[in-house]
Amino acid sequence: MLDAIQRLGRVTLGFFERLGRGHLFLLQVLVSLPGIVLRPGLVLRQMYSVGVLTLVIIVVSGLFVGMVMGLQGYNTLVDFGAEESLGVLVALSLVRELGPVVTALLFAGRAGSALSAEIGLMKATEQLSGMEMMAVDPIQRVIAPRFLAAFLSMPLLAAIFSAVGVYGGWFIGVGLLGVDDGAFWAQMQDKVDLYDDIYNGVIKSIVFGFVVGWIALFEGSDTLPTAEGVSRATTQTVVHSALVVLGLDFVLTALMFGD
Amino acid sequence: MNSRTIEIAVGLFVACGLAALFMLAMQVSNLASLGGDGDSYTVTAAFENVGGLKVRSPVTVAGVRVGRVDAIDYDTSAYEAVVTLRINSAYDAFPDDTSASIFTAGLLGEQYVALDPGGSMDNLAQDGRIQLTQSALVMEQIIGQFLYSMADKDKE
Repeated sequence: MLDAIQRLGRVTLGFFERLGRGHLFLLQVLVSLPGIVLRPGLVLRQMYSVGVLTLVIIVVSGLFVGMVMGLQGYNTLVDFGAEESLGVLVALSLVRELGPVVTALLFAGRAGSALSAEIGLMKATEQLSGMEMMAVDPIQRVIAPRFLAAFLSMPLLAAIFSAVGVYGGWFIGVGLLGVDDGAFWAQMQDKVDLYDDIYNGVIKSIVFGFVVGWIALFEGSDTLPTAEGVSRATTQTVVHSALVVLGLDFVLTALMFGD
Repeated sequence: MNSRTIEIAVGLFVACGLAALFMLAMQVSNLASLGGDGDSYTVTAAFENVGGLKVRSPVTVAGVRVGRVDAIDYDTSAYEAVVTLRINSAYDAFPDDTSASIFTAGLLGEQYVALDPGGSMDNLAQDGRIQLTQSALVMEQIIGQFLYSMADKDKE
């Protein structure tokens, strides 16, 4: 009985300890961000591996999500003779929700897990300690550029996802199913607001980029320096990122579109 | 991979991202509607009521789309809505007694302007004015008229 209570206490304390370490870690990363100005090359290299290499999966999924929405939306709307609203349906769902959220999930799977594994392996092979021995701050040299790259890439990827998705929906709706081209765009431009929808979508994706980058790098650097620890860190990055992104999405949606 | 290739790839990525944002702002949202449909000319038509007609709504003749609504203004002296229609230059032979009506596509669909060519020998020119117009049907008015006629029937 007492053992069970002790275990519960240990789990709770461990959870909060880890949460605290995570926030201290974030603080350290944020403090060392200004130092990056001196070495933009590091961020560039990370933006390549975090952003450019994620581009293919983002474009392909954006296109297919848009096409599926076009097809599904058309089949529903055509019953009401309202298939001209297809553009609104596709654009609003992409810009407000699917763009930021699906991009964040894919980003966590493609780039976040890679970041965790990389940092975790660096820790397991004591490269990070080696850097400290040579008086190089690993946070500034290794972590901060990756964090900034994730933070900057995410909104761009989400914008590309939404734009490609809109064209995917347009291709299906206008190109194949015969919705009027003008009505498709006209209704879309009429109903989609620059500030309410697009601006808020970009804010969402910025928040998600911040959170996914943070979780991935923290899981990586907080891992046990073993093969098993690295594998667990990678898994936890994807799981935690997905949960946090979906939870935050609800909160942000309630704040932005709730009124 | 050498750093030049990486820099070019990142540059392209950022450019694509910004272009996508720009496209969302310009093409998807209500910020601006740039770009035309090739050569075209405009004619105007005054309506008592345009209902739910929108800028960029289609203009059709016999069901064929020939242009778009370019602007909707309100004439303060005549108390009428003035709709500017931008019609493709390929369709430049409309008689000047052509009539324009605002119809609805389907029950809940978008409203559009339907042109009905008349029999005059002279054609509409650039900035010409369509004289015969029929306003959009407003559902409340129709229901009101219907109730009114029901009441009249009851009296008889």
